[in-house]
Amino acid sequence: MKRLHSIKGILILSTALSLGGMSAASANSELQGMMDDANQWVIQTGDYTNQRYSELSDINKDNVGDLQVAWTFSTGVLRGHEGSPLVIGDVMYVHTPFPNVVYALDLNNDGKVIWKYEPKQDADVIPVMCCDTVNRGVAYGDGKIFLHQADTTLVALDAKTGEVAWSVKNGDPAIGETNTATVMPVKDKVIVGISGGEFGVRGSVTAYNMSDGSLAWRGYSMGPDSDTLMDPEKTTHLGKPVGKDSGTATWEGDQWKIGGGTTWGWYSYDPDLNLVYYGTGNPSTWNPSQRPGDNRWSMTIFARDVDTGMAKWVYQMTPHDEWDFDGINEMILTDQEIDGQMRKLLTHFDRNGLAYTMDRESGELLVAEKYDPAVNWTTGVDMDPNSETYGRPAVVAEYSTEQNGEDTNSTGICPAALGTKDQQPAAYSPKTETFYVPTNHVCMDYEPFRVAYKAGQPYVGATLSMYPAPDSHGGMGNFVAWDNVKGEIKWTVPEQFSVWSGALATAGDIVFYGTLEGYLKAIDANTGDELYKFKTPSGIIGNVMTYTHGGKQYVAILSGVGGWAGIGLAAGLTNPNDGLGAVGGYAALSDYTSLGGSLTVFALPN
Amino acid sequence: MTKKHTPISRTIAAAGALALLLEGGTLALAQSDADAPDNITAAYDEDGRYYTDDDIPTYNIQEDGTVDWMTYSGFRRYHSECHVCHGPEGEGSSYAPALKNSAVDMDYYDFVDVVTNGRQKVNAAEHSVMPAFGTNPNVMCYLDDIYTYLKARGTDALPRGRPKKKEAKSDAIREAENACLGG
Repeated sequence: MKRLHSIKGILILSTALSLGGMSAASANSELQGMMDDANQWVIQTGDYTNQRYSELSDINKDNVGDLQVAWTFSTGVLRGHEGSPLVIGDVMYVHTPFPNVVYALDLNNDGKVIWKYEPKQDADVIPVMCCDTVNRGVAYGDGKIFLHQADTTLVALDAKTGEVAWSVKNGDPAIGETNTATVMPVKDKVIVGISGGEFGVRGSVTAYNMSDGSLAWRGYSMGPDSDTLMDPEKTTHLGKPVGKDSGTATWEGDQWKIGGGTTWGWYSYDPDLNLVYYGTGNPSTWNPSQRPGDNRWSMTIFARDVDTGMAKWVYQMTPHDEWDFDGINEMILTDQEIDGQMRKLLTHFDRNGLAYTMDRESGELLVAEKYDPAVNWTTGVDMDPNSETYGRPAVVAEYSTEQNGEDTNSTGICPAALGTKDQQPAAYSPKTETFYVPTNHVCMDYEPFRVAYKAGQPYVGATLSMYPAPDSHGGMGNFVAWDNVKGEIKWTVPEQFSVWSGALATAGDIVFYGTLEGYLKAIDANTGDELYKFKTPSGIIGNVMTYTHGGKQYVAILSGVGGWAGIGLAAGLTNPNDGLGAVGGYAALSDYTSLGGSLTVFALPN
Repeated sequence: MTKKHTPISRTIAAAGALALLLEGGTLALAQSDADAPDNITAAYDEDGRYYTDDDIPTYNIQEDGTVDWMTYSGFRRYHSECHVCHGPEGEGSSYAPALKNSAVDMDYYDFVDVVTNGRQKVNAAEHSVMPAFGTNPNVMCYLDDIYTYLKARGTDALPRGRPKKKEAKSDAIREAENACLGG
C-alpha cells in the first residue's frame, strides 16, 4: 500500500512540474488525475504503470463469494472480445471486434445507450487480420474517446456525443497492415501500434497529436537510424551503444523492409523519465533459415522518449526468433526494493516463457527466469555482463528449428507459438508484491519451410502442431503468482484451457480473471484459493476491470470467445506424438462455449 | 490406366488460363451431376499424384497408413497457410468453417474458385470473409496438396495429427513445385 501511494505521489508531482507552457499539459494532468481516481477506469490498462491494480476494496476476500450479476449488455457482435469497457464519470464505453462499434452507456439510466458509433470499414480487412478480428478497446483523453479500428483508422470521438473530432489512417490493409490494439494517450499525444507480422509488415510505433491527429513522430522496429529513431551513440542495448544503423546491420540485404517486429501489444509510460515502453513482435517469416542474422529490433523491449520518439534503450530478448515468440506483451512498471535499494523496475512476461525484470531507467537486465517450468527451448539467459553472449538466451539444439533446418519437424518445443503468455495482461498487487500471470501451458511441433513474399498475403512458412504440455496436469493453462525480484513462482492454479483473460488485482486482497470456458473467477491474492466463480454467456478473452457508481463497487468483464485461443483450441488439441487411440482425447473448447459478445457486470447484493 | 492430366498448379501462373479451366470444369460437372460420381476413390496415379475417374485430385492411403506425398504436403501447407483462421487439421475454429467438410461437400472446381477468388458473407449476423489467394504462390502452388489433405480428413481416412508415413516425393512433383514457385 505504502509503495503504491508513493508512486502515485511521484506521478502527480511530476505532472504538476511539467505544466509550464505546454498547451496540452492540462489534458495530461486531467487524465493523470482520472487514472489516480480508483472509481473510474479511463484507459485499457487502468493506468500508465499497467499494474491492473485497483485500490477499491468494498468487494474483498471476505464477501466476494456473495457476488451477483448486476446487469448485462449484448454487444451484437459474435467475434472474439478482447480488452474491457471504460468508465468515465457516469458513462461506460463498450467496444466490439470488427466492425468496431463503440457504445456510450448511461450508468445513471440502467445502461441506456447515449450514443453508438459504427465506422464504415471495407470487409476486405477481415481476412488480413491474423487470428480473428479482435480489438483491445478504446481509450480516453482530453474529452475524446480514441478508437483504433481494424483498418488502422485512428478516430477521435467526442466523449459526450460520439461525433468524430478527427481521424487519421495509420497503415494500409492492402499490404497486410491492420490493427487489433488499443492506443495510449500521453501528454499531448496518442501512441499507436500496428499489426501484420504474419504478412511481412515492417512494424512501427506512431505518435499523433491529440488535438488534431497530425503526425508527431514514427519509430520503426527496423531500418536505418532515421527510421528507427536511434542514436548510434546514445541509444543503448544492455548498456552499450547500439552503433550505426543497428536496425539494418543484422539483416541480409533488404529483408528488414518486410521484417515484422509489429507493435500490437500494450504500452506503458513513466512520467518521471518521460519514457514510453512496449515490445516488438516476431520477425517475418516463421522460417528462420530465410532471414539470417539477429533480425534487430524484432523481439525487443523499447524505451522511447514520448516527445521525440528517440529510443533511449532497447533489449532484444529473442535474437533471430525460431518459434514465433512475439515480444509484444505488456511492460509492468513498479518501484520495488532490490538488495536494500529502491529501483524503478520494468517486469515483462514474454511469449518465450521467460519473465524479465529490468531497470527501466537504464535498461539493465536484473532477472530473467522461466515462469513455467515446462519451458525447454532455452537453458536460460547469460547474465554475465562481461560475456560475449550477455543477455542472450542459450538455445537448446534439439528444439532449435534453425539448427534442425528447413523441412525438419522439431518436436516437443515448449512453449508453443502461443507463448507461455500471449497478450492477455498480468496484474500486480503492491500489497502482496506479487504478479498474477494468466498463462498457456501448451507445447508444439514446428516445421519451417521456404515461402515466397507477396504483399498483402500471409507470409508464414512453418507448420505447427500444438498440444498440452506433456507430463503435467493435462490442462492447457495456469494462473501463476510470480515474484519478479527472486524470479520465482509463488504458486500456480492449473486451468483446463489457456487463461486468455487479463487479470485484475484489488486492495480487497483478491485477484480476478476469466477463463476460456466463460467463468469469471475470484481468487485469494495470497493463496490462490478460489473464492467465487460464475459462468458468463461465452468464453472470456477480455480483461477484468472495476469501478464505482453511486458509491457502489462493480466488476465488469467482456465475454465472447475467439482470438488465437478460439482458433487454436475450438476443436481441441491433439498430440501427434501419441498413438492413434489418443488423438482427439483433449478437451475441445466447443464442448464448453460458443460465440457471442456480451458484457457482464457484477456487484454485491444491496 | 493412364490419362493425361494437367496439374492445376501448372496452370496457375496464367490467370486467364485458370479462368478458362474453372469455367470448363464447372460446366462439365453440371452435366455429370445426375449420376453422382465417386469423388473420393483413387482410380489412377500419375507420378505420385492420385486422381478419381473424373480426373479430380484425391488421396491414396495404404493399409499401413502410408499417405501419398500430396496429402502429406497438404498437411504441412494447410498448417502454414490455413491454420491461423480455420483451426488445426481442418477442424474449423471460432473464426472460420471446418475445411475438412468443405473439401468433401464442395465440388473441386468450386473449392478452387473460392480459394483463388475469395468469398464474402458480410451481413448483420456474419462477418465472414475468405480472402483471394490467387496471387499467393504459397497457396496456389500447393492447392491440390491442401485439397487432397482436407478430403482425406473429411472422410476420416486420415486421423488428426501428422501423417506417420508418406510416399516419397516424386521428381515430377518436385519439378512442378519449382516451376510454380519460380514463375
